[in-house]
Amino acid sequence: MEINDFKSNDEITWCPGCGDFGILNALKKSLVNLGKEPKDILLVSGIGQAAKLPHYIKSNCFNGLHGRSLPPAIAAKIANRNLSVIVTTGDGDCYGEGGNHFIHNIRRNVDITVIVHNNQIYGLTKGQASPTTDLGYKTKVQVNGVILEPMHALEMAIALGCGFVARGYSANSEHLCWLIGEGIKHKGFSLIEVLQPCVTYNKKNTYEWYTKRIYKTEDDASYNPNDKIAALQKAAEWEERIPIGVIYRNEKDSYEDKSGLAKNIPLVDEEIENIDISEALKEFI
Amino acid sequence: MTELTIKIAGEAGQGMQTIGSALCRVFKKMGLYIFANQDYMSRVRGGNNFFQLRISDKPIYCPLQKSDIVIALDKKSVGLHQTDIAGNGIMVLDKAEFGIVKESKVFFNVPFHELANKTGGNDIYINTVCCGVIAGLMGLGFEYLEGVVKEAFSGKEEEAIRKNLLAAKSGYDFTKDNFKEDRFKINTVGARETLLMNGNEAIALAAIKAGCKFYSGYPMTPSTSIMDTLAHFAARFNIVVEQAEDEIAAINMIIGASFAGARSMAATSGGGFALMVEGISLAGMTETPIVVVDAQRPAPATGFPTRTEQADLDFLISAGHGEFARVIYSPGTIEEAFYLTIKAFNIAEKYQIPVLIMTDQHLADSLMNITPLDPHKIKAQRFIISRADAKKISGYKRYQLTASGVSPRAIPSWINDVIYADSDEHNEEGHITEDAQMRVNMVEKRFHKKIAGLTQEIEKPVAFNLEKAETVLVGFGSTYGVLKEACERLSNKKFGFVHLPQVWPFPTAELSLLLDGKSNILTVENNAGGQLAKLLMREAGIKVKSSILRYDGRPFNLDYLIGRIKELES
Ligand SMILES: Cc1ncc(C[n+]2csc(CCOP(=O)(O)OP(=O)(O)O)c2C)c(N)n1
Ligand code: SF4
Repeated sequence: MEINDFKSNDEITWCPGCGDFGILNALKKSLVNLGKEPKDILLVSGIGQAAKLPHYIKSNCFNGLHGRSLPPAIAAKIANRNLSVIVTTGDGDCYGEGGNHFIHNIRRNVDITVIVHNNQIYGLTKGQASPTTDLGYKTKVQVNGVILEPMHALEMAIALGCGFVARGYSANSEHLCWLIGEGIKHKGFSLIEVLQPCVTYNKKNTYEWYTKRIYKTEDDASYNPNDKIAALQKAAEWEERIPIGVIYRNEKDSYEDKSGLAKNIPLVDEEIENIDISEALKEFI
Repeated sequence: MTELTIKIAGEAGQGMQTIGSALCRVFKKMGLYIFANQDYMSRVRGGNNFFQLRISDKPIYCPLQKSDIVIALDKKSVGLHQTDIAGNGIMVLDKAEFGIVKESKVFFNVPFHELANKTGGNDIYINTVCCGVIAGLMGLGFEYLEGVVKEAFSGKEEEAIRKNLLAAKSGYDFTKDNFKEDRFKINTVGARETLLMNGNEAIALAAIKAGCKFYSGYPMTPSTSIMDTLAHFAARFNIVVEQAEDEIAAINMIIGASFAGARSMAATSGGGFALMVEGISLAGMTETPIVVVDAQRPAPATGFPTRTEQADLDFLISAGHGEFARVIYSPGTIEEAFYLTIKAFNIAEKYQIPVLIMTDQHLADSLMNITPLDPHKIKAQRFIISRADAKKISGYKRYQLTASGVSPRAIPSWINDVIYADSDEHNEEGHITEDAQMRVNMVEKRFHKKIAGLTQEIEKPVAFNLEKAETVLVGFGSTYGVLKEACERLSNKKFGFVHLPQVWPFPTAELSLLLDGKSNILTVENNAGGQLAKLLMREAGIKVKSSILRYDGRPFNLDYLIGRIKELES
C-alpha cells in the first residue's frame, strides 16, 4: 500500500491552516503502515469539521449523526471483525453530544481506534464553547467567558480502565502517525486525543501556544504508562506543560474475547436464507 | 361451546404467573384453546396484579370481562375483584388467613395457608395448592396436574417434586370433598399440537428465522421479553444481543451493524422510541435497512409502564425529521406478529429503509396456544450484492440513481471498491453535496420512488363479513381478536370488521374498495384521539360515523366492546 492508494477525490472543505490537515496526513500514513487494503478499513464519524475526515480518505466510510460515531462503529466491528474500524470525531461530537457513548464504549472495549480532534471549540457551528474549552474563554454564547469546568476526558478514560490512552499533536505528524499505529495495534478500545488548532475560532490554543508547552512522555525514561496513578497525574497536566505520547496502557481482554465473538464466524458471513428454528420452536410445545 | 375464565389475583411477588403458567400447561395438554393476559402494576412487590386465563373448546382470541373462578391470594383481592365474578362464578379465598368472617354465596373457602404449610412446610406452596383447587373445581383428573408438576420441577430435587405433588393433591382433595357441583366442567378437545407463546416471543423467533444477527436494546416494558428471548437463543444462532447504554445508542448500533452487512433489530416502547427518532431518520437518509419494534404502552412520558395503549400511531407515521419512506406493520395476532416480522426484515433490506413493527402491551404479553408456526411459509430473502457478484464490480456508487429508487447495496470488504454512506445530503458516491438538482434526485429516490414500490407490497387488510354487514368496525394491531369475536357474537350478521396489519404506507386503495358504500363505519382504538379515524379521512377520504375509544390503559375485552357497540346502536 502507498499513500496514493488512500487518495480520495472529494474536495476538502476545511479552512487553510486547520489542524485537521495534520491529522488527515498522519492517519493516511498509519493506514499505509497498517498494510490493509482500503476495502478492509472502515472510518466512522459523527458530525463536525473533524467528522468530515472519512470523505478525504479512500476507505469505507459511515458518516452518521452528530454525537453518534461510536455506536455504529462498535456495532460494525461486531458485525464484521475483519474490518479495521477507526473513528474520527470532534471534542463536541465525542465528549458533548456523544458523552454517554464515550463512557460506555470504553467499558464495552470493542477493538476500535478513536481519534478525537480536540480543537477545544465547536468549529462547524461557528465557535461556541465545547466541553474542553478552557475556563474564561469568551465566545458569542459564553459572552463572559466559559464558567463550566473543562471535561478531563483522558483522566476519565484512565479512570474507566481504557486500555490505550494517548495524546498527539496535529503539527507533529510523524509522532501522531506512530501513536495512531500503536492505537490500531492495541486490542480493544484505544483513545487518541489530538491537539488540533482551530485557526478560525480558537484564538487561545494556537500552534504557538501548544508548541511552547508540549513535550513527549517517551522522553522521560522513568515514566511508566502502566501505572494508573502516574497516568492520571500525567493526563491532568495542562496550562504549563502538556504531555503528548502514550499516557496509559492497560492490556486486558477485549469485548471480542470476553463475549466469545472471536471464536465464531463473523456475523456478516452467516448464511441466513435457511435458518432452521424448529428446535427453538420445540421449547414452546 | 364450553368455556371458562379463571383469574388469579394477589400482590406482586405472590406468584400469580407461576400458577397461571402451570395451568396453561395443563390446559394445553388437554387440547383446549387458551387466551391468557396479565394485568400488573409497575412494581416488584405489593400492589394488586392478576393473571387471567380464558379457556374454551373452540378457538378464542380475546379476554372476557368477568371470571368464573377468581382465586384471591390476598385480602385486598377479595374486595377488588368481587364485581368481576361471572353470574355463576365463585371466589376462592382463605377466610381465616384474611380475617374475613362475613358470608357470601360466591365464596368458596379453602384454607390454603394451612394446606401449604402442612404439605410443603411454608407459604411458598400456596401456588401449588391453588392449582390443585382449580383442577378440583373443574373435575379434572389429577394425572394432568401431576404431569405438569413433574415437568416444572424436572432437574430439581426429588424433595421439591414430592412436596409440590403433596401440596397440589391437598388442594385437589379438599375441593373434591367440599365442592360437589360440575358447573365448571369443560369439554375436552383431544390432544393437538400447539405452541404456547406471547407476541414478543413470536417476534423474537421470527427475527431469528429472518436472519437477524445483531440486536441492541435498552430495557423498557413491555418490549423487554423480545431481548430476553433473543438472548436465550443467541448462542445457538450466532446472534449478538447487546444491551445499549440508551436507546439512542441502540438504534445507532443497529444501523452500524446493518451497514456492515448484518441484519439488525431493536425493540422498545414509546419513550425509548422517542429517543430513537433521529436514528430512524438516519436510516432513511443513509438507506440502511433496520427493523424497530415499538411495543406501545400508555403515555405521555413514563405513563402506565405495564399497561396497554395504541396512541403512538400518529407518532410512528411521522417519526423522524424530513421525508423518507418507511413501513409500519401492526400485527393483530401472535401468528401475524411472527410472519410480519420476517416480512419486515425482507422489506427493510429490499427497499433499504427502516421498517417499524407497532405492537402494544396487550399483544406483547398475552399468551395463546397457537397452531404451530410454519417456519417455511416465508423465507429470509436477501437483497444485497452477493460476495461472488461483488468481486466483478468496479466503479461502485452506493447511491446510484435508479428507476426504483433502490441502489444495489454492496457489503463493505466484499467488494473491491469502497463504500461511502452519509447522513449529510450526498451524491451518488455518497460524498457530501450542496447541489440543488442532486438534492431533488435524492429526495425523489428516498421518498417518492421507494413509496411507489412499497405501495405494491402492502400487507392486505383482513376483512370479515363485509358483504352483509351494515356496521363495519375498523381497527389495527391487537384489537383483531376482540373485533373478530364481537362480530361473531353479535350474531344477527349486521356486523363486519376490517383489521389493518399494516398502517403505513396506508392501504388507501384496498380500504376504498372494501368500505365502498358503507355508511356506518366505526373505528375501535385503544387511544383517546381516534387516530385511525383521522388517518382514514386524511389518507382515503373515508369518513367514520364514530369511534369507540378506550384509553384507561386496559385492553378491550369482548363484553366491554359489545357493550360500547350496543350503546352506539341504541
Ligand atoms: C443533533 C444535532 N445537534 C446539533 C448539531 C449541530 N452541530 C454540528 S457539528 C456541532 C459541533 C461540532 O463540534 P466538534 O465536534 O467539536 O467538531 P468540530 O466542528 O469542532 O471539528 C454541532 C453542535 C447537529 N448536527 N446535530
Ligand atoms: S473552523 Fe476551525 S476546525 Fe473547522 S476547519 Fe476551520 S480551522 Fe478547522
